[in-house]
Amino acid sequence: MATIKIPPVLRASVGGEREVSAPGANVGEVLRGLVSAHPATASQLFGPDGELNRYVNVYLNDEDVRVLDGLETAVGDGDVLVILPAMAGGCQNGTSASLS
Amino acid sequence: MSPSGAEFIRQVKAAITEVDPSVVHELIGDGVAIVDVRESEEFASGHLPGAKHVPRSYLESRIEGIVPDRSQRVILYCASGIRSALGARTLTDDLGYETVESMTGGITLWKDRGYQVEVPKTLTPEQRERYSRHILIPEIGESGQRALLDAKVLLLGAGGLGSPTALYLAAAGVGTLGIVDNDVVDLSNLQRQVIHSTQRVGIPKVDSAEESIHALNPEVEVVKYQTRLDASNIMEIIAGWDLIVDGVDNFPTRYLLNDASVRLQIPVVSASILGFDGQLSVFKPYEGPCYRCLFPVPPPAELAPSCGANGVLGVLPGTMGLLQATEVVKLIVGAGDPVIGRLLLYDALAATLTEVKVRRDPACPVCSRAPDEIRDEEMGVFPDYEAFCAAAG
Repeated sequence: MATIKIPPVLRASVGGEREVSAPGANVGEVLRGLVSAHPATASQLFGPDGELNRYVNVYLNDEDVRVLDGLETAVGDGDVLVILPAMAGGCQNGTSASLS
Repeated sequence: MSPSGAEFIRQVKAAITEVDPSVVHELIGDGVAIVDVRESEEFASGHLPGAKHVPRSYLESRIEGIVPDRSQRVILYCASGIRSALGARTLTDDLGYETVESMTGGITLWKDRGYQVEVPKTLTPEQRERYSRHILIPEIGESGQRALLDAKVLLLGAGGLGSPTALYLAAAGVGTLGIVDNDVVDLSNLQRQVIHSTQRVGIPKVDSAEESIHALNPEVEVVKYQTRLDASNIMEIIAGWDLIVDGVDNFPTRYLLNDASVRLQIPVVSASILGFDGQLSVFKPYEGPCYRCLFPVPPPAELAPSCGANGVLGVLPGTMGLLQATEVVKLIVGAGDPVIGRLLLYDALAATLTEVKVRRDPACPVCSRAPDEIRDEEMGVFPDYEAFCAAAG
């Protein structure tokens, strides 16, 4: 079982957990394992074509899976997957479209 | 029989390579390490532009800190060319440097030829006392402190991240701090924006920040931009700054800032925060990845909540802002390993720091091209820019 680190924006979709475990021999299987356990994550991770959304980065340990073998990248027990969508918050005045 | 001193120096000069000041003059700024081997007081009275300083007596023990790569071309000079000749022999014969030359006639001949000499600023007695704890650290020292005093750092926002960054950079003696902020101080800011105060609710943040900065360190020059950064003013505002500290809270401005900073080749120390989580990285154009290499497209609005909507732990921008300030100081004094090509993820609840690698994207729409190829109309644009802005309101 690999450990998946869940970013803040996806935590509500996994019952508030910061880390979950999922089985799978490669990155795609682990992420689909996550999706089957927590269906609300599906549209946030995958596009209609079944590929990872471009605005979500996934790292196997510290390496971007896109420079490895993408969803085919082999995952071993004890590996850590980090899901990382971009975060914009500079938290100035709380309005998302302003700079302050 | 041992040779006389003069004969010995002749022998050393015959064995090493000497280079004329006219050649050195052409090589300045060309990736050649120019090292002044005179004593500290001689160096302080004026040196070649951009020269590094290692006194002859410390050459063996300190040269690796200045020129770690033994294949890099090194030119030594002193007052007249004797100490540098001896130093060149040491670097070549004893330390294995591959290309070492000694400048003929030293800085005396350099000046006779009419070439420019750089006179470093010296610290006043008050500055020596104020910054004494910096001067004591070898990685900063007097030259690092002078670099801080000469530095110009632009802060985007005097909010959660900008507050601690501005205060600590002012305390550290960063000579010029620019602040871009269009807001006024609000009571709800004070849970985290420590540069402001209860008495200053309602006044512009740039003015409030300036007051705190000057109370802490009156010699910091504050340049205020009470405006919102946008495509019409970004090039004018950010040009000429050494470093930018990014605390902007929305994606359109982040992409705009990225494109403009790549074009002007200004490093950006970037942080973002949400809830109990923070991210930190340094985007140094053409040396490491840019923001678009990391995130080629922004997430849809529902996956990009703001702090205002979701809240943030008040200390978190303090933590992340001070990590930014630390990176700024490191970049200015040239110490340590900046977080270029790396992204740090801080989880305050778990108290963990995770690091992932960020690589330059060879197909990056912005930083895979030369700066002058990035056109005005391309800046800040991403494929669904209009839709994104509409969704974000």
